[in-house]
Amino acid sequence: MSAISEKMSWPEEGLTRVPYRVYQDQEVYACEQQAVFRGATWTFLGLEAELPEPGDYKTTFVGDMPVVVCRDESGVTRAFENRCAHRGALLALKNRGNTREFACVYHNWTYDLSGKLTGVAFRRGVNGKGGMSADAKPESQSPRSFRVEVYCGLIFGSLSADAPPIETYLGPEVAARLRRVMKEPVKVLGTYSQLLPSNWKLYIENVKDTYHASLLHLFFTTFRLNRLSQKGGVIVDGDGGNHVSYSMTNTGGTGSEYERDKMRSADAGFGLEAPQLLEYVDEIGDGVTLQILSVFPGFVLQQIFNSLAVRQIIPKGIDRSELVWTCFGYASDDEAMTARRLRQANLIGPSGLISMEDGAATGFAQRGSAGAGNLLSVLEMGGSDVASSDSRVNETSVRGFWKAWRRHMKL
Amino acid sequence: MSDIELRIAVDNLLARYAHAIDDDRLEEWPGFFVEQGIYRIVTAENLERGLPLPLMLAESRAMLRDRVNALRRANVYEAQRYRHGVSSTLIDRIDSARVRATSNFICVRIMQSGESLLFASGRYLDRILLEGEGGLPQFEERVVVLDSRAIDTLLAIPL
Repeated sequence: MSAISEKMSWPEEGLTRVPYRVYQDQEVYACEQQAVFRGATWTFLGLEAELPEPGDYKTTFVGDMPVVVCRDESGVTRAFENRCAHRGALLALKNRGNTREFACVYHNWTYDLSGKLTGVAFRRGVNGKGGMSADAKPESQSPRSFRVEVYCGLIFGSLSADAPPIETYLGPEVAARLRRVMKEPVKVLGTYSQLLPSNWKLYIENVKDTYHASLLHLFFTTFRLNRLSQKGGVIVDGDGGNHVSYSMTNTGGTGSEYERDKMRSADAGFGLEAPQLLEYVDEIGDGVTLQILSVFPGFVLQQIFNSLAVRQIIPKGIDRSELVWTCFGYASDDEAMTARRLRQANLIGPSGLISMEDGAATGFAQRGSAGAGNLLSVLEMGGSDVASSDSRVNETSVRGFWKAWRRHMKL
Repeated sequence: MSDIELRIAVDNLLARYAHAIDDDRLEEWPGFFVEQGIYRIVTAENLERGLPLPLMLAESRAMLRDRVNALRRANVYEAQRYRHGVSSTLIDRIDSARVRATSNFICVRIMQSGESLLFASGRYLDRILLEGEGGLPQFEERVVVLDSRAIDTLLAIPL
């Protein structure tokens, strides 16, 4: 594939401008499959808690590539392309299951739990006729194996030998904030998907955009749950591509900036009839009520009060993506804590009182910029650089995403 | 109550509920439930795996009213309407005052652009108090089991 830099150039303003073309162009999409998803990056593949027993597997995606994630007989987590060496058919057809081997249904070629080809049906023919010659090497087209690293119960995979070890890739501050949530064994509470009408990058920018939270998500501000005047900050790490944003319980400032600017979010004045929705226990003990963490290219770890979840954004073409949510608690949770997490699930996901807008807003950006492929969007909140900040009126971590993306895309 | 009367009463509740949602009379929605009524939207996949995660959960009429208030005053979503089809209702008596009802539903979502999408299909698993307020049946519990694990864009208006 020719380099994308032969087809387009990045605007000379640098990280404060993003060409709308990157959300619309099939060549950009194809290039990032190779350079980002199959490049020197780590993609989140699932929770270790999803695969408790040997033989447990799930299917997922790394970019467009279908992938099997599996716990082998010795307990080691493996990941390999969900593609038969023969004709490219899927090896695992179900979302999850338990098995001793994988057999392609098309011609019954078989694979062990590490994705190694172990059998070719009728390889030596039948009754001395047919079959493959003795020097045939179908193994040469085997499904690709991933490097797998499990970090605090999170399974990451990479196809590249050049990706640094996962802890280095995360960066020290993001790794510490990740360990803060993944502090003990977890149990899965459930999963669902949200189909987004936008390019995958518009969603991950939305996650990193601390500026929008109290402006788009009016539930927060209407109930005075989170204002940008509240103590918090944003950390950019791992060469720009990873971030953490957080806010604390104790509020600062009066919030008068909202009234002054006559924003919709100042239209407050009603309370919850059933405030148990937000009844919160500071289970980590540091006063951080909200922490959103992202790892390049498409992983998100969320703590919103006691609602814990991992999210994985999967591209499905230039203008579609699938956001997979997996909510969890700790294995040690009592019934009251589980009930609390389930109640707070009202805040998140496609029906989330504080998150439903994200699915729509990224679609608005995709649709609004449809005729603007040669024009640029603006990212100047908080200046032009990529650095941690104690103000969330800032787009530093969005610029950080583009810094990392451009490095991988060589653009 | 005879079987015929029972069926008419349940069908009437299901129909009034569907029309209230589809006509955007969301303020009437909590009134279809008893005071401590439960409303949950879950996926069939999670239900079959024994996983409790809801997309929406209300444990009282007050929580339902909070959801309506948020939809009217806080949440941002494009203008859209639903059209429900509800059918194949099975009714089982629990005791003299209550029944279980299981129905199929499909829901079409109509956007202002004219796009009509088969937005959701699934089952209603209902526990119904036959003589609630005003002598009308009310839901003690309504569990909406979605056939699909995936939601297009967002699920703002209740099903």
